[in-house]
Amino acid sequence: METLEGILAEHPFLHGLARPHLELIVGCASNVRFDPGQFLFHEGEEADRFYIIRHGRVRVELFAPGRGPITIQTVDDGDILGWSWMLAPYQWHFDAQAVELTRAIALDGECLRAKFERDHDLGYEVLKRFAQIMQQRLDATRLQLLDLYGNSR
Amino acid sequence: MATVAETAQRAPVPEPMVPALYQIQKVRRETHDTFTLDIRPQVQGSIPRFAPGQFNMLYAYGTGEVPISISGDPADTARMVHTIRAVGAVSRALCELKPGGVLGVRGPFGSHWPVDESAGADMVLVAGGIGLAPLRPALYRLLAERGRYGRVVLLYGARTPEDILFHRELKQWRAQFDLEVHVTVDRATSKWQGSVGVVTTLIRKASFDPPSTVALVCGPEVMMRFTIGELQRRGLATESIFLSMERNMKCGIGLCGHCQYGPTFICKDGPVYPYPRIAPAFATREI
Ligand SMILES: Cc1cc2nc3c(=O)[nH]c(=O)nc-3n(C[C@H](O)[C@H](O)[C@H](O)COP(=O)(O)OP(=O)(O)OC[C@H]3O[C@@H](n4cnc5c(N)ncnc54)[C@H](O)[C@@H]3O)c2cc1C
Ligand code: FES
Repeated sequence: METLEGILAEHPFLHGLARPHLELIVGCASNVRFDPGQFLFHEGEEADRFYIIRHGRVRVELFAPGRGPITIQTVDDGDILGWSWMLAPYQWHFDAQAVELTRAIALDGECLRAKFERDHDLGYEVLKRFAQIMQQRLDATRLQLLDLYGNSR
Repeated sequence: MATVAETAQRAPVPEPMVPALYQIQKVRRETHDTFTLDIRPQVQGSIPRFAPGQFNMLYAYGTGEVPISISGDPADTARMVHTIRAVGAVSRALCELKPGGVLGVRGPFGSHWPVDESAGADMVLVAGGIGLAPLRPALYRLLAERGRYGRVVLLYGARTPEDILFHRELKQWRAQFDLEVHVTVDRATSKWQGSVGVVTTLIRKASFDPPSTVALVCGPEVMMRFTIGELQRRGLATESIFLSMERNMKCGIGLCGHCQYGPTFICKDGPVYPYPRIAPAFATREI
C-alpha cells in the first residue's frame, strides 16, 4: 500500500526535501476525499489547510451577484490547492468545489505553521516552493486578463 | 507605340497571382464567429496537394483577399477546407458565403510543419484559439501514420467553452487511446466540467519525453511566447520548437514585402518557422 510518506516524497512539490523535514510534514498530513459537488472550502471561512490533489478535479470559483459562480481556475491531478493558510488572517478568498470524485492529501495549516516557527529552514524550503506556485498562478492570471483569443491581436 | 492598357495586357502575370475560381460545397458553423468552408474548383479540376501548415490566399470578390491556413486533411482529394474567424471585412465576407457561392483561391503557399521529418519523436501540438485550424492537418497526418511517432499530445486552449473549435472531432480524439488530448478555457461558468486556466499550464503535466519531443505551436503571439518558455522549462531543445506566424499579406509569394518579419517574408520563408530562425525577431517589439 502507498504510505502518505511515500506519496509525499515522490510528489514534485516536495521533491528533494531532506528526510527529517519530510517526516515533519507527514505529521501534518491526512488523506481526504470529496464527492462531485462537495465543497472543499468556502470564501471567508478559516483557511486551515492546503491540498495536494491526487486524483480528480476541483474548481476554484468566485460568486458574483447577478452572474452566479464564475470558475477562475481548475486544479487536478498533482496540483497544489490553497495558500491562504500561510498568510494572516488565514481566510479563504474563493470557493473550491469538487467537479468529480477527488482524492487529496490535506496538510494542516496550524500544524505546519507551528513547525515552521520552530524550524525556519523547513519553513523557508516550503515557502520557496509556494512562491513558485504563486508565480505560475500570477503569470496564468495575467495571461487570462489579456484575453488572448479576443478580437484584437 | 503600345497603349498602357496593351502593355498591362501583355505584361507577364506570374501565375500564382491569378486566383482560381472555387465554389463553396459546405459551410459548418464552428462557433458564433468561426466557420469551416469546404470548397472545390468551380470547373472540373483537381485539388492541389498541400502540406500541413500551408495557407491559401482566399479572395472574397468585391471585398478583398486574405491568407487563410488550410485546415483539412492532406489526404482528402475531394475538397479543400479552411476554418475562418470573422474579424474584419474580408474574413466576414468569406464567412457569409453560402453553398454554391464563389471565391478566388491562390496557393497553397508557404512552409509546412515538420511532420514527416519528425518520425520517431514524441509530438506535442499546442494550439490557442483559431490556432487549432492550421494544426489540424498535421494531426490528421500524425494519426494516419501513428506508428511512426512516439507519444502524440494535443494541448488546446480557447477563450470559453463556446469558442471551442471542432467539437465532434475533439471528442473522438479524446477517446483515442494513442492520443493525449487536453482542452482548457480561460473562463467558464460552473456548467463547464473541464479545465479552466491558460493553455500554458497544460504543458507542465503533459506526458512526453522532452529531449526527444518536437513541438508545433500556433496561436496568438503572446500565447506562443509563454508556451516556448514552458516548453523550454520542461527541457525541450529550442530547435525542436516550431511556430506559425501571421502578418498582413498582399502577394503571398515573396514579391511585395508586406509580410516582412525580421529578415524573412512570412509568406515564403514561413508561416511555419523553427523557433531559432525567428527568435531574435520574436523578442523585438517593433517587428
Ligand atoms: C499565414 C496565415 C494564416 C492564417 N490562417 C488563418 C486561419 O486559418 N483562419 C483565420 O481565421 N485567420 C487566419 N489568418 C488571419 C487572417 O488572415 C486575418 O484574420 C485576416 O487577414 C483579417 O482580414 P480582415 O479583412 O477580415 O480583417 P481586417 O479588416 O484586416 O482586420 C479587422 C480586425 O481584426 C483584427 N485582426 C486582423 N487579423 C487578425 C488576426 N490574424 N487575428 C486576430 N485579429 C486580427 C485587426 O486587428 C482588426 O481589429 C491567417 C493569417 C496568416 C498570415
Ligand atoms: S505577402 Fe508579399 S512578400 Fe509576403
